[in-house]
Amino acid sequence: MTASHPAIRVTDLVKRYPGRPPVEAVRGLSLEVQAGECFGLLGPNGAGKTTTIEILEGLLAPTSGSVEVLGLRWATDEHRLREQIGISLQETRLSDRLTVGETIRLFRSFYAAGIDPDEALAMVGLESKSRARVDAISGGERQRLAVATAIVGWPELLFLDEPTTGLDPQSRRQIWDLVERCRACGHTVLLTTHFMDEAERLCDRLAIIDAGKIIALGTPAELVASFGVATLDDVFLKLAGRRLTESGWTETVSADPAPERPRTAGESS
Amino acid sequence: MNGARKQPVQSTAPAVRRGGYSPFWELVRSRFLEFCREPEVVFWVYGFPVLMVLSLGIAYRERAVPEPRVEVVAGAATVADAAALNRPGSGLTAVESPRVVALERLRTGRADLVIERDEPVLERDEAAAAAIRYHFDPSRPESVLARDRARDALERAAGRSDLLAVEDVPQTAPGSRYIDFLIPGLMGLSLMGGGLWGVGFVAVEMRVRKLLKRFLATPMRRWQFLLSIMVSRMAFMIPEMLLLVCFSRWAFGVRIFGSPWAVAALVLLGAVCFAGIGLLVASRTKTLEAVNGILNLIMLPMWMASGVFFPRERYPDAVQPLLRAMPLTALVDALRGVMLEGASLASCWPEVATLVAWGAVTFAVALRIFRWV
Repeated sequence: MTASHPAIRVTDLVKRYPGRPPVEAVRGLSLEVQAGECFGLLGPNGAGKTTTIEILEGLLAPTSGSVEVLGLRWATDEHRLREQIGISLQETRLSDRLTVGETIRLFRSFYAAGIDPDEALAMVGLESKSRARVDAISGGERQRLAVATAIVGWPELLFLDEPTTGLDPQSRRQIWDLVERCRACGHTVLLTTHFMDEAERLCDRLAIIDAGKIIALGTPAELVASFGVATLDDVFLKLAGRRLTESGWTETVSADPAPERPRTAGESS
Repeated sequence: MNGARKQPVQSTAPAVRRGGYSPFWELVRSRFLEFCREPEVVFWVYGFPVLMVLSLGIAYRERAVPEPRVEVVAGAATVADAAALNRPGSGLTAVESPRVVALERLRTGRADLVIERDEPVLERDEAAAAAIRYHFDPSRPESVLARDRARDALERAAGRSDLLAVEDVPQTAPGSRYIDFLIPGLMGLSLMGGGLWGVGFVAVEMRVRKLLKRFLATPMRRWQFLLSIMVSRMAFMIPEMLLLVCFSRWAFGVRIFGSPWAVAALVLLGAVCFAGIGLLVASRTKTLEAVNGILNLIMLPMWMASGVFFPRERYPDAVQPLLRAMPLTALVDALRGVMLEGASLASCWPEVATLVAWGAVTFAVALRIFRWV
């Protein structure tokens, strides 16, 4: 791909879910992701991360705003776009009755061009599980398989929605390695996460999202430096006035330890 | 962990190749593997219809009508009456009981007829002695039969002689038995269940799992996915039908009097029609509980009213047009026409048209409103 246009360009994105009252999951979000970078959407549960990424993936229509992916638009170039992107959804239960190898082969067949299915499994450390049924592997292995289905078409742009949530350390490490390898091969990666360490380690640039808006944007180092704090945790605390916990929920920093659960808007859809 | 990414990372790209896979056949293959790995589904599709043929075929195997049971109320003329009724060739079994017991047995269905003879007031009062009372249930065929046979037997015993010479010719040829009537019905029932569950339930399950959404996120063509579900359903249906036809022929000698190709064409049409209905049911349904309920709601009336197990003519004439409009009725009527009466496909055109209409309309609507996410 020539880098004449950014990998993703979003302007004034708004997503309102009908209801009484209507829920505004994304409220005027603009960002650009450059080709070849690993970009992170960091924020607590309910911040609008999944809604945003699903709009970028062409799975959800925005209420307003413009979306351009790889210089193309979903309305006119859907099939071309699908050939060039890979997606791992937050929640998919792949067929229990197929083996790992059969599943990855099926997904490979959807793409006109791609890598060898065994190669995709090897990249997520599942080469030895090829003959195992999906219902016989662990949750972490299933999540890695989901990521393998996203890369088997060898996409220019890879979307990973909370790829490591609920994973054991080994699976997490494997997904991190994979993201780094994809990036090193020149792919663009957009991922969502609520883990500060993950964002810090993997992402070239970050958008910190809260309540449907970007509250800070920059490289991890820039963010930390510009707020004069030590870590990304402190950046979020300073901006949102709450602490982002490992569970993805936020808690106020006062003596009251009860986590505040914001209204879930797009996260559950 | 700070800045850990700055380590060198292996950047050799794996080889990217074009083509080599057919998404359509991979989808069919996956569906086929999934099906074969679900033993309970395999049982419902292949085992259940055969068990049904076996049990109903045995329960309704052709057998002379059992002899009705007659109760004779104990009294003066009892012994002579019971002897006359039990004579060989009368077609009855008679026993003697007190009046209360006899009537109770009739009421509870253990006896088919109660005969009561008024006691003559005087030994020689012939007119009074002739009064015979038959207690029977006019809604039960065996009860009516018992009354007619008993009257014949008692009349003959009293000296009546028949004026006309008669000859009985028993008829139990294949094609006219209950099992012959049943097999086309069970084929229709199988096609309905397979189409509705095999397409409707499967598609909703994939939606619940968000697998449809995941597929949609790939370059997979939507029509290829829908067609693959249809084609695999057709492939599972062929052995199912062959099994039914061959098993019923082997076990009960059920024959196809019409053209086997006409039967095959009807089976295919029926399978496509029910797959269309299944797809329509699945097009918007979001939960497995809902699809379960809707499918049962659709199938139950047809199970009962499409004439699978007994002729639909038992229902009032007023509802017959409604029954004929149901897809299972059309399929079963047409299959019976071809299989039992040797009718041609052309002569079944009203049924064929009904099936085509159901299939075309449900498909068209389903494709229009099908929801992937």
